[in-house]
Amino acid sequence: MYKYDQYDQAMVDARVAEFRDQAQRRIDGKLTEDQFKPLRLMNGLYLQLHAYMLRVAVPYGTLNSTQMHVLADIADKYDRGYGHFTTRQNIQYNWIKLEDAGDILADLAKVEMHAIQTSGNCIRNISSDHFAGAAQDELVDPRPYAELLRQWSSFHPEFMYLPRKFKIAVIASDTDRAAMRLHDIGIQIVKNADGEIGASFYVGGGMGRTPMIAPNIRDFVPLDQLITYSEACLRVYNRYGRRDNKYKARIKILVHELGAEEYTRQVEEEFAHLLEQGIEPPIAELERIKPFFADPAFEDGTKTVDRSDPDFALWVDRNTHRHKHDSYVSAVVSLKPVGGIPGDATAEQMHLMADLAKEYSFDELRVMHTQNIVLPHVKIADLHALWTKLEAAGLGTPNLDQIGDIIACPGLDYCSLANARSIPLAQKISERFKANGKEDTLGELKLKISGCINACGHHHAGHIGILGVDKKGVENYQLSLGGSEAEDTALGKITGRGFDEDGVIEAVETVTDVYLAQKEDGERFLDTYNRIGMAPFKEALYD
Amino acid sequence: MTDLLRFRDDTPTTDPVAAFETCCDQSNATAVRIEPGDDARALLTFLDRLTLVEVNFPVYGDGRGYSAARILREAGFDGEIRAVGDVLVDQLNNMRRCGFDAFQPNAPLDRADADAAFKTWPEVYQATTDGRNPIWNIRHGANHE
Ligand code: SF4
Repeated sequence: MYKYDQYDQAMVDARVAEFRDQAQRRIDGKLTEDQFKPLRLMNGLYLQLHAYMLRVAVPYGTLNSTQMHVLADIADKYDRGYGHFTTRQNIQYNWIKLEDAGDILADLAKVEMHAIQTSGNCIRNISSDHFAGAAQDELVDPRPYAELLRQWSSFHPEFMYLPRKFKIAVIASDTDRAAMRLHDIGIQIVKNADGEIGASFYVGGGMGRTPMIAPNIRDFVPLDQLITYSEACLRVYNRYGRRDNKYKARIKILVHELGAEEYTRQVEEEFAHLLEQGIEPPIAELERIKPFFADPAFEDGTKTVDRSDPDFALWVDRNTHRHKHDSYVSAVVSLKPVGGIPGDATAEQMHLMADLAKEYSFDELRVMHTQNIVLPHVKIADLHALWTKLEAAGLGTPNLDQIGDIIACPGLDYCSLANARSIPLAQKISERFKANGKEDTLGELKLKISGCINACGHHHAGHIGILGVDKKGVENYQLSLGGSEAEDTALGKITGRGFDEDGVIEAVETVTDVYLAQKEDGERFLDTYNRIGMAPFKEALYD
Repeated sequence: MTDLLRFRDDTPTTDPVAAFETCCDQSNATAVRIEPGDDARALLTFLDRLTLVEVNFPVYGDGRGYSAARILREAGFDGEIRAVGDVLVDQLNNMRRCGFDAFQPNAPLDRADADAAFKTWPEVYQATTDGRNPIWNIRHGANHE
């Protein structure tokens, strides 16, 4: 895992001091709330419906046990004893007091963490594959590149007031576990015909009210031009992205309106200019970063799982992922207990996950964008012991990628932009499908819920998506089918008119019945939908 | 005229400041003011006759002026680049990094606050034209030209 040196530490410490000063100037009345707002936002502090929310960055979703313990302590000391893991691989605390914010940032800085650029119209936390460094199918570990981009994007002087927020994801395998093409910039680390490693750039993806899948604008950027090329992409956006309408300000609209070809032409022109400026880090910097992500000392051991306990066997089948070392797996800790709040973890659970990471996973944890936690390197021999401890703490739900593994945004329970509640709906759906036993027959089915068109719950990318809309002051939900955030990235299509809360739960039941009746051998819900199309679902829903 | 905070040794020009459109066809203007939507690159053909470029920030949240300043510096412009309009102390540091060397905000700045702002960052991550050697060069004993 990356470790700060004195320079990285000094930058974060400086930020804490700066924020304390800004908060003080707000208190002294030197800053109006309007002037203070962008400053607190750049430190991850939002004003929600009931209190301040603080969003803490987990760079590329990787953290160690010490950091997880501190996240738990913050939940205990400054919040109500829990935290909420988000679709940005971050953690949010929903009940923060402004006066405490400086102290929290100082606590975080002691363990190389921060809330820098977790909000505001700037480059946000870089996300990556949650199985990075562990997955069997990756070309290289994508995180050194993500770390280089983290440094470049931190406090970038030119790009702090972009037209809109800006999200970058880096992956290095053909299987996309990070929804890479639904980012402002998606980077896939690839190998070219000459065997050299480089970066393939996808620009202009995103969700929100106008979801778009990013087109590829350059299939190979050499590694010693990675930062320069990124800078060119950003500069064109900063200069020409729309600022007249908040809803048209993301880079996807610029790329769409110019056309991918013209945007690319402008980027290439800017890139040629910037190459002359010598802004690229020395390649030695990447070489310095790489060893931090070197493999831990894997040992040969048991390669097979004792399946005599059926509950354990089910959890292994659902919640573990193939590892590049055949004596290990990556284990997913589900934060989606039946009837629970997706992504919430109590301080005790966080402490436990930290302890388990230390004991079983080389001190490493990952936050998944699906709001679960990964222990990336677990010995197959240790799996049963790990599972037993998770089970005892309510963290052993065997539902990864099942209908109960719902992504839901905070919705009307917290968020001031929401039209409808997301969390209670997620709770009811997971309870219903557990109680009627259908979860087990449905197989992989990704259900995602957003409380408004901003799509924080990624509903466009759900095999089943639910969107809260406002219908004359009444909560109403739109259903969509056929989305995917994986390598077969697709945007869901709306089924038709919306439903009330009970109605949308019935509707989910109905579409899953259509699937079960129509599925052919080995088909997932998404495959069946892609084969038979929307019509049979529509018919069942509305006729 | 509000207070001018200036980090140059030469005397500020007293020439009239032309608007961007007039400047482009008025061949003798030496000072020009650009708005967020103006293309700074349009000034490059007559940079050598300019002594001052004012970059207006109608609202602090419109960051196009940062790119404009960098583009002018990257083209070798060594005249004054002055940020005017809704310029707050918290933006000074980044503006300076992008090439601004004078500030004339709508609301006057406290000189001491401004000096403190410039000392916020012990080092910097990125290379710009401000001459600071980025951290990733320092780590490897390299220099940024
Ligand atoms: S999708 Fe809407 S309701 Fe949900 S968290 Fe985002 S802004 Fe709030």
